[in-house]
Amino acid sequence: MMRWARRHPGIAAGGTLLVVIVLAAVLAPLLFTVDPTALAPARRTRPPSADHWFGTDMLGRDIYSRVVYGARVSLIVGFAVALLASGIGLGIGVLAGFVRVLDNVVMRAMDGLMAVPPILLAVALMALTRGSVQNVIVAITIAEVPRVSRLVRGVVLGLRELPYVEAAIAAGTRTPLLVWRHILPNTLAPLIVQASYICASAMIVEAILSFIGAGTPPTVPSWGNIMAEGRALWQVKPFIVFFPAAALSVTVLAVNLLGDGLRDALDPRMTKRY
Amino acid sequence: MWRYAGRRVLATVPVMGFVALFVFSLLYFAPGDPAAIIAGDQASADDIARIRVSLGLDRPFLIRFGEWLWHVLNGDLGTSIFSNLPVVHLIGQRVEPTLSLMLLTLLLSVGVAVPLGVLAAARAGSWIDRLVMLFAVLGFSVPVFVVGYVLAYVFALQLEWLPVQGYTPIARGVLPWLRNLVLPVVSLGAIYIALIARITRAAMLEVLGQDYIRTARAKGLGLAPILFVHALKNASVPIVTVIGLGVALLIGGAVVTESVFAIPGIGRLVVDAILRRDYPVIQGVTLLFSVVYVLVNLLVDLTYSLLDPRIRQ
Repeated sequence: MMRWARRHPGIAAGGTLLVVIVLAAVLAPLLFTVDPTALAPARRTRPPSADHWFGTDMLGRDIYSRVVYGARVSLIVGFAVALLASGIGLGIGVLAGFVRVLDNVVMRAMDGLMAVPPILLAVALMALTRGSVQNVIVAITIAEVPRVSRLVRGVVLGLRELPYVEAAIAAGTRTPLLVWRHILPNTLAPLIVQASYICASAMIVEAILSFIGAGTPPTVPSWGNIMAEGRALWQVKPFIVFFPAAALSVTVLAVNLLGDGLRDALDPRMTKRY
Repeated sequence: MWRYAGRRVLATVPVMGFVALFVFSLLYFAPGDPAAIIAGDQASADDIARIRVSLGLDRPFLIRFGEWLWHVLNGDLGTSIFSNLPVVHLIGQRVEPTLSLMLLTLLLSVGVAVPLGVLAAARAGSWIDRLVMLFAVLGFSVPVFVVGYVLAYVFALQLEWLPVQGYTPIARGVLPWLRNLVLPVVSLGAIYIALIARITRAAMLEVLGQDYIRTARAKGLGLAPILFVHALKNASVPIVTVIGLGVALLIGGAVVTESVFAIPGIGRLVVDAILRRDYPVIQGVTLLFSVVYVLVNLLVDLTYSLLDPRIRQ
């Protein structure tokens, strides 16, 4: 166990950190938190103290509780987008790699979507709908799908040239079986690595959307929301912005460390290259 | 050379077409009926229908798309619902701060990241390498507004070396302009530097293992010419690619940075437009940034052929 951890320090450190954060989010009610939406006008913008570990915001809400509960939104958005975008991207990529007729049309559409910078794309999509966690997930997923499709298509086209795949085709293996047995297993490693980076980037985009007022609704505590609310006061009460910012950075760092570690572990050829 | 350039330019046409279609759909599917808004509260259903016909809102999607595209190609991006001013005019007023921010960030990032990446690759495994890689992971993980707030807290609020926020036009002096831009540029540059340094290191490591590098070293060439002349030129294609793709990070980051540092640029414009649901402005800015992004990457594609003659074929 210890030797394994020493060989893969990224996975060990990032994974441990992420597990702790997930546990904190799940067990939020047990971690000495109070109701994160409870107002207390008499105790506004108190600095950190024994009662309020991270202080209180301009409505007297306990920032520690809001930050702990805010982890839920970030984690849900990060994991949901990673899962959805990899799933949809895998489907589109395999389809484009195998069906020549679709390849051109689908990949041009993906190029078009990729031409809109991701944050701007998510912002534009959010402007069409109400702010809700589900809509945030859909908007960020749409922005991430093209990159995954392109990655998968590249892997598929590369695999099709390999002798064992050509042999399988020559032997008369049907396409669905071919995809299932020879193609999918080989797309898995790059896809998992990509999914971890998507997870990290989705968390950042969610925070950015909420920060500029186009994301998670203000009634739900999320790290981006807490920062958006603390923005007006940050020069006099910097702690309101500081705690959610630190939580977000540490979480994204954990996911990125895990991603880098997975990449080195899953593909020895890529080790130390990127 | 020219045939390659021509092919690359032609290849951007369908991409631009798709972007235009997407941006138009944004307004087409936007909630709210413009005719009803223009008609006002007291209008009857007949009035609204008449206004809808006079605006051409009753016609099919593709005809409206064609008409809109024609207007866009003639430099008309529509009128802001909120201020009743042409969107082109609103964007024009705010180009300078955003352009200053993005160009300076680009310069700083490339200027810092490429030497860092080269150094890390040349001393692979050393503490310099580890430090650069650590910085790269951190740069990816700490979001731009967090970097912005930390820098502003330390250098503006505590040390009082630089202004906390705001923007001074370059016409009022280069020094005040620079003073206001230092913190935003460094915050926006962090992730971009991380990205470029990481790719530079990777591309350099690949090249440094080649035979001709050993030959150059064997014939007694110094380390600096080997790194910066022989190796960097051959490692440049992935580096230039990432600089181009990273412009998307700059654009997305500029929207946030301008909010943090209260810079009256295009990013602020779009954030305000979202809060007011001012769809023509959102549409115009999305279109503009996307076209800029596509053109930057076209330029990157074209520089490949200068850097690597093999690509011209």
